[in-house]
Amino acid sequence: METTAVRQKVLDIIADVAIDEDVTNIEDGVALRDQLDLDSMDFLDIVMELKKRHKIEVPQEDYPQLASMNSCVEYLTPKFQQ
Amino acid sequence: MDRIVITGVGLTSPIGNNLKDMRENLLAGKSGVQISDVRHMGPLPAGLCQFDESKYLSKKMRRRGTRAGSISVYCANQAIEDSSYPFDNVDKDRVGIYLGITEHGNVETENEIHELYQNDLNTDYWSHHHNPRTVANNPAGEVSLNLGITGPAYTIGAACAAGNMGLIHGLQMLRAGEVDMALCGGISESAATFGIFAAFKAQGALGANEDPALACRPMDKDRNGIVVSEGGCIYTLERLEDAQKRGAKIYGEIIGHYVNSDATDFVLPNTERQIECIQKALNRAQLSPAQIDIVNMHATGTAMGDIQECQAVAQVFDDAPHTSVNATKALIGHCMGAAGALELAGNLPSFEDGIVHACHNIKSLDPECAIRGLVVGENQEKEVNVILNNSFGMLGINSSIIIKKFN
Repeated sequence: METTAVRQKVLDIIADVAIDEDVTNIEDGVALRDQLDLDSMDFLDIVMELKKRHKIEVPQEDYPQLASMNSCVEYLTPKFQQ
Repeated sequence: MDRIVITGVGLTSPIGNNLKDMRENLLAGKSGVQISDVRHMGPLPAGLCQFDESKYLSKKMRRRGTRAGSISVYCANQAIEDSSYPFDNVDKDRVGIYLGITEHGNVETENEIHELYQNDLNTDYWSHHHNPRTVANNPAGEVSLNLGITGPAYTIGAACAAGNMGLIHGLQMLRAGEVDMALCGGISESAATFGIFAAFKAQGALGANEDPALACRPMDKDRNGIVVSEGGCIYTLERLEDAQKRGAKIYGEIIGHYVNSDATDFVLPNTERQIECIQKALNRAQLSPAQIDIVNMHATGTAMGDIQECQAVAQVFDDAPHTSVNATKALIGHCMGAAGALELAGNLPSFEDGIVHACHNIKSLDPECAIRGLVVGENQEKEVNVILNNSFGMLGINSSIIIKKFN
């Protein structure tokens, strides 16, 4: 799967988790927490949705990889390709 | 001892989402019981609330939290608005939240179990939201989060006496000097849990009728049980001195209360202990039974429960020919943890409008419930100065609270 497709799948999840917010102008290089009202439970929601929707497991030690859209795409693209 | 007064009311019930609407519908005899599709059980009569969940909560918080939390947040905000309490300018550490619950966590656990079965019993998909949703303090905690209240916030488990217990605990904490304002009362999300319906059915105590509006019939000889409802009622309580200092509207003063336990049975009530509870509340209020204008009965519509409470009320008020007796559940069902607080709210306006709302759905009064003063079918006009509100629960917990009109 190409990185643009991975980005869209991640964005779909973030849009559902940050349900009250506009996610159309997310800056990919900036931490998600600095742009959106996300807390620890929201990040667990993102992890759970990756598991439910795409069967992708994110171990706890890798949670920092979900900090920004760029790091999400970089980390998740190989997992989407497996 | 500090005198404690009610200065605000916030509620949602099957017949209204504020005190005015609930009162109007009570006086009009309008039922809020409708058919609800209960998981695994199908259509059953239940009391559901129609308040706007989004009024005080974001979509995210509604999804993250519980129905009980949404009900609590709505009622707490409404109560504060109604009280005109200068909330933005007070120390939030001095505000307490004390919410009575019959149960909490059944709805959320049933939902997770349902999901578990959709996922081949794989607990990897069990939600991380389960614990914060099901901790017993969840409803009070959601109010704390929503309003930024940093004082004590917890629930009080007291079966169906819980609504009264929330008020009583708020009063005690104000008198103890722990807080300066108490948001207290009771809430229920029980109408969303099939387990409670199923358990009442297994017990032979689930109200049923072709017309849902007639499913709950306390004191009727053909009554057949309880209608499960959701709802919430939260009051702002303050010390009289504080309320007067800020020129607050005062709904009434809590002048007596009592709580005791049957210590006899898991589910069956105990008339003797109920009598003791009512009498000791009267003693604390330094009132004779004849000085009570309205007794609001717990009366759930079960065969034994109604008779035993009627016996208790008849005995205590034997020398009180002018005391009126009413019950509320025929129109709203059993709002469980909210019942005591909501039913008190239903009667509070009688201090102003001089009307005692009637008991409904009594087509043929059970002779064993035919006690003096029972207001059946038609509302009664009279001056009302003192209300005694009963609320009883499983495992034998009894509570009575007495409110006096403030002059």
